[in-house]
Amino acid sequence: MQRSLRIDSERCTGCLQCELACSLEKEGLFNPSRSRIKVFHFHDDARCVPYTCTQCADAWCAAACPVEAITLNAATGAREVDANTCVGCKVCTIACPFGAINYDRASGKAIKCDLCAGNPACVRACPTGALSFVDANWTGYDRMRRWADRADAPRVEA
Amino acid sequence: MAWTRKILRVDLTAGTCVGEPLDMEWAGRYLGQRGLASKYLTEEVDPRVDPLSPGNRLIFATGPLTGTAAATSGRWSVVTKGALTGAIACSNSGGYFGAELKLAGWDMVIFEGRAPRPVYLLIEDERAELLDAGALWGQSVWDTEEAIRARHQDPQLRVASIGRAGEGGVLYAAVVNDLHRAAGRSGVGAVMGSKNLKAVAVRGTVGVSVEDMPRFLDAVERAKQVLAEHPVTGQGLPTYGTNVLMNVINESGALPTRNASAVRFEGAGKISGEAMCEKRPTDGKANLVTNQACFGCTIACGRISRIDRGHFSVSTKPEYWRASGGLEYECAWALGAATGVEDLEALTYCNFLCNEQGMDPISLGSTVAAAMELYEQGAITDEVTGGLELRFGSAEALTRATELVASGEGFGVELGLGSRRLCEKHGRPELSMTVKGQEFPAYDPRGIQSMGLTYATSNRGACHVRGYAVAAEVFGIPVKTDPLVAEGKAGLVKAFQDLTAAVDSCGLCLFTTFAWTAEHIAEQLDAACEGSWTAEQLGEVGERIWNLERRFNLAAGFTAKDDTLPRRLLADPAPAGPAEGKVSLLEQMLPEYYALRGWTADGVPTDETVRRLGL
Repeated sequence: MQRSLRIDSERCTGCLQCELACSLEKEGLFNPSRSRIKVFHFHDDARCVPYTCTQCADAWCAAACPVEAITLNAATGAREVDANTCVGCKVCTIACPFGAINYDRASGKAIKCDLCAGNPACVRACPTGALSFVDANWTGYDRMRRWADRADAPRVEA
Repeated sequence: MAWTRKILRVDLTAGTCVGEPLDMEWAGRYLGQRGLASKYLTEEVDPRVDPLSPGNRLIFATGPLTGTAAATSGRWSVVTKGALTGAIACSNSGGYFGAELKLAGWDMVIFEGRAPRPVYLLIEDERAELLDAGALWGQSVWDTEEAIRARHQDPQLRVASIGRAGEGGVLYAAVVNDLHRAAGRSGVGAVMGSKNLKAVAVRGTVGVSVEDMPRFLDAVERAKQVLAEHPVTGQGLPTYGTNVLMNVINESGALPTRNASAVRFEGAGKISGEAMCEKRPTDGKANLVTNQACFGCTIACGRISRIDRGHFSVSTKPEYWRASGGLEYECAWALGAATGVEDLEALTYCNFLCNEQGMDPISLGSTVAAAMELYEQGAITDEVTGGLELRFGSAEALTRATELVASGEGFGVELGLGSRRLCEKHGRPELSMTVKGQEFPAYDPRGIQSMGLTYATSNRGACHVRGYAVAAEVFGIPVKTDPLVAEGKAGLVKAFQDLTAAVDSCGLCLFTTFAWTAEHIAEQLDAACEGSWTAEQLGEVGERIWNLERRFNLAAGFTAKDDTLPRRLLADPAPAGPAEGKVSLLEQMLPEYYALRGWTADGVPTDETVRRLGL
């Protein structure tokens, strides 16, 4: 089964364990500034919202890449940057409507979430379940279930 | 590894920023953060220096585990000679700033001298520079953070700053980072203000590594599991925050009420952690919006609250309608039970003001409580207060008093000097609920005997987080003790004080120790740091730090006479509750404590103790 990263921001406490885990996985040390997943604080609204690449089926970044460095990993469904091919032109960072692919000054390459070859480090590190890795065809399952429960509630009470 | 091995030394007088290597021999004996920064302070500062003079130094310090994936790795400390107390001060904070400083490649920053005009320090990894803060001076913590990020076009900068209180000489001014996390106590913000240092902004992209990564991750994983499975760190703290204590301590008859004239507060239920979760009748919403974490924290006890828009304190001030840092137990107690105010929204508003302008809510609330007693007893009049009717229980008086301290207007100037100076000035020093000039927190020593000894001997003035023996006395962690007796408390307090000093020096949060033992911490430290670290060593390092701090205070002019409590706690029996009829048995505990510490009958570490600890 192919899986997708599912983000439930209501559960996010802003601890940044996902950023720590991502940077460790990808860079070998604790360095949230180089994490591929990012937690945004909307302080006045009391919200913490993790965000990363959604692995578009029709990926703007891949379409824009002049050297075809961004390819689909058929097993995981992730769009991956081949660092050996990437020339660091940054066109992908312009093409992505979500800002989820960025240029990394240290390596001179584009970097993005690649789902850690099907076992995302951020999901393993999340202490609250705000991040999960679920059936790619059923990312709405939990939410549907919750609404099913609510929709049926009056009948149960009666 | 773990340590970055680099210190940034900022000479504010000369306007220079210079990096230097960390003294690794000292790091081996004092760890980091509280311990190591205290070592630097005691080596570099004359203990008799005026805390607000250029001769005092101000140290921002991280620990070896700060910035790593260890749970609660966001801790950092401000170490200096305290403005409120004249004693050595170490105020800890969470949030994200401390980790960012470490991730920028610095173990600590030492500020010396005084800038000729207001400045702020900008750190971008190895680059550090002092910049003009003329336009920031006079601005709140909240506006300062926003202005600095806007000026540098970097929304990812983390900022620690002072508000109007630190600029204006409020002696319990705090350093606030990430909008509502504070190095709150002992007036470290006043020292920062005296140096004309408005803020420190940092962006760190260097990262942090550890000595043995696989072993570290293994230890971290196990330790996180322990936190998740413990009822306090896994359920109580995330759900209700520290204010879960309000009802519990009230039931114990140890909730200092109306300036400690009572030990139970009839309004406790209305200002408790549970009350924060209940829907308000006015607008159908709860005070608490959500819980949030500090950097790396898997507990997430932080409160994010919203004040009822219709409440008198904010109805015409939309800037306070936003969500922000809500009430911790100590703040709810000091602003509430200590003043007799049971209006949760008013307390939340005062808490917001404390964060916005950088003030310690414990000292503020306790000082207002003392002023209320002075007022009710006729020791101060409307003439002194500027017409402010400071009656116990008045939410209007509390909010107005807080506004006056924050703005530095009228009677607020006097309230900003703390309760000791206030009560002395008006001829009633015994009404000040302080030790070494610092207001004591939310546990009445008549109902929890160990806390009397803890307050009396705390090196930074009365404090609960220099040794949280409440854990044993009330919660039975690690073992249940009888809170109403003096026997055995000297050893209990010493053990808590020593371990706490070590925890504060690691870069970890004290709250982990509800669930973790010294072994859990030692395992993580041992894997992260060079050298070998055991639980025994942590105890030894903690004891060394405690004695280092003690010797600084003795050299600063403190004596055994200062290891005491307000007369009320020693002479007036608790009027109700389980401790009814009891006073603090400090005189019984103190000699035993001195002996256990290896101190003379005058509270001075003996030569043998000094030698044993390698001081």
